[in-house]
Amino acid sequence: MAVGLPENIFITRLDAAANWARSNSLWPMPFATACCGIELMATAASRHDLARFGAEVMRFSPRQCDLLIVAGRVVMKMLPVLQRIWLQMPEPKWCISMGACACSGGVFDTYAVVQGVDRFIPVDMYVPGCPPRPEQLLQAVMDMQAKVRRTGTIMGREFNIRDTPAGPSPFDREERHRIEDAQFVQLGGFDASAAATGRKGVSSNA
Amino acid sequence: MPLTPVDTTPTDSPDREYVWTLNFGPQHPATHTTLRLVLTLDGEKVLNAVPYIGYLHSGFEKLGEHLDFNQYVTIVDRMNYLSPLANEIAWHHSVEKLLGIELTPRCRYLRTILAELMRMHDHLLNLGTTALDLGGFTAFLYFFQQREHIYDIVELASGQRFHTSYTRVGGVLFDVNMDWVNRVRKFVREFPKVYEEVDRLLTKNRIFVDRTKGIGYLSREDAINFSAAGPVARASGIERDLRRDEPYLAYADLDFDVVCSRGGDCYARYLVRMQELLESLKIIEQAVENIPGGSVNIGVESDMVLPAKPAVYRSIEGLIQHFEVIMPNRGYPVPREQVYAATESPNGELGFYIVGNAETRAYRARTRPPSFIHFSMFPHLIRNHQLSDVVAVLGSINIIAAELDR
Amino acid sequence: MPDIAALQARFSTEITESAFRDNHRIDVPAPVVFDVLSSLKNDHGFNMLVDLTAVDWLEYDGAVDRFSVVYLLLNMGSGERLIVRTPVNLPNPALPSVYSLWRGADWMEREVFDMFGIVFMGHPDLRRILMPEEFDAFPLRKDYPLKGRGERHNFPVITRSGS
Repeated sequence: MAVGLPENIFITRLDAAANWARSNSLWPMPFATACCGIELMATAASRHDLARFGAEVMRFSPRQCDLLIVAGRVVMKMLPVLQRIWLQMPEPKWCISMGACACSGGVFDTYAVVQGVDRFIPVDMYVPGCPPRPEQLLQAVMDMQAKVRRTGTIMGREFNIRDTPAGPSPFDREERHRIEDAQFVQLGGFDASAAATGRKGVSSNA
Repeated sequence: MPLTPVDTTPTDSPDREYVWTLNFGPQHPATHTTLRLVLTLDGEKVLNAVPYIGYLHSGFEKLGEHLDFNQYVTIVDRMNYLSPLANEIAWHHSVEKLLGIELTPRCRYLRTILAELMRMHDHLLNLGTTALDLGGFTAFLYFFQQREHIYDIVELASGQRFHTSYTRVGGVLFDVNMDWVNRVRKFVREFPKVYEEVDRLLTKNRIFVDRTKGIGYLSREDAINFSAAGPVARASGIERDLRRDEPYLAYADLDFDVVCSRGGDCYARYLVRMQELLESLKIIEQAVENIPGGSVNIGVESDMVLPAKPAVYRSIEGLIQHFEVIMPNRGYPVPREQVYAATESPNGELGFYIVGNAETRAYRARTRPPSFIHFSMFPHLIRNHQLSDVVAVLGSINIIAAELDR
Repeated sequence: MPDIAALQARFSTEITESAFRDNHRIDVPAPVVFDVLSSLKNDHGFNMLVDLTAVDWLEYDGAVDRFSVVYLLLNMGSGERLIVRTPVNLPNPALPSVYSLWRGADWMEREVFDMFGIVFMGHPDLRRILMPEEFDAFPLRKDYPLKGRGERHNFPVITRSGS
């Protein structure tokens, strides 16, 4: 005997249901360090209204968030903080790198600024611009939702296969050559060969 | 680097029994950006606060030694990002003093209008977020809407809504048109209505007044001793405003009042900023109706100024001039001298100490950052207040981390 | 403006005066700089220290000294400004702290120490302020490269599967 399905029940895959729920309630963790933070505020404020995409619940505690928005440049002193915040966020979690500085260091190619956060933490979405317009960030959030719907699984299998860093190696060839050049004018103190392999450090806070 | 807070009380002190330490920041909503406070608390009373900064130190001053006078404007933009154009104007004010350039009247008026728009821009966000941190969300939304109108105005002038990079040595990037003037007029007409609304929301709001009045008191003597400037100093009774005392741009021609208060607390700083919004509006209103005609850049006979783009593309003289200014081994004569010049930025005295070395870039470009100087007195302001007053004091001295750390 | 000849006679040392645009400047030798500043504050009304900074002269043609420390003073009463410059040299760049005169000097001196390695003797809390404590160079010195010596990338890498 066939069982009739009541009208208010529909059948779906578990993954799809989870993705639907997750993508429409992305709670951002605004890691706003600089100018991009102001545009992030503008995105959430009256004219652009991020609430239209279910992502207005800015939670300042990483324990309650699933979307890290790195808005602004990240410098030497701040990177351990960023890494700790990323590790504190519960699964599933995603990361948007907002603005030129977070993506690549932008105009600040100096001694203190990390040349792209993707060298040290995994990034899902890059938003170019200095700073990006609020419309661009809205587009990024929409793309993030599409990505979650497209690739998401309920147990987070899609994350497990990403076991290599997405960004360039922290000490890529160019950086290593520069450090070797800098040795000529240096009087001593910092060991570049150890730095290049990342063993001994001026600072590390894993 | 260790993330554990540094305890400031001596380890053998009997006070340690009940005193506890709270780490505030570096990632906290009320810091707006990145700064860290280690608070020593007795219950909820703040016994001591030790600020740790540098979480956004990006080497601005080092970059200033490697970029030429026009290029560095993109970097100073990012210094106080609540009012980018005010930084550009301050930077080129100093550069023009070093080079001995006298601006055209049109440029002086244009920069004045933009500087005042930026003052409003800065105060609007500062007042809005201070209210937000103290629990009033509406004022933030109302004021941010007005900020969007200012964004539109600067976008119309420069092509960029945020980091405009609009000023150049001896002038600005493009001239403005009638459309722009009308847009400014419209803003001047419509702003007072929103101002009234926010004024009604906050100024006599019992909760807001209770949380700001008597909090973070700074006496006149302390303000001088701590090198305070701008609205923070004026709220402590120091009657000093570079716009009036050392007039630059077109301020000498315009009529405005210097807003002061004797209160010295967070509420006084709030009132000063609110009133300065109206004064700025008054300046803009006068200036926009009196923009002189003529060229916006100093003449091409000066070899220091970039020619207009059509001239570069369509005439050989323009192309040569462009080449001479841009190419690193050409340039123009720069005195081997040192100069300090300051402007009244929204946050206080923003000055640049520039050392010239016969190159078109600065040998040393020191910024006098108001946020840095104001934040250094934070422990003094917060001592013996409650923990919840930290956000009120932080908001009232308007700390911008990029300017704080550079 | 303070009478430079009187200052010179009082401290029996060479104080030179110069001006450029509207800046008035005096050059004071390092040993007497604290006394001169103290006299300027107490006797001549320069009650605000607007800024305190330093310049590294390593790559400047014809420079004699390695650093100079610059004090920008302001007389709140009359609105006059005065710039006081004093030379400092390696191997022990040190100056007396002016914290006892202006409390605003606290962080400015710490910044100069952090960026140039100039020690201010008598400062109550002379630590690095902008760079991490472990950093071992002085970034605004001219012999330090703009892009650093690799410190900025010396961190562990976190991958997606590992977090």
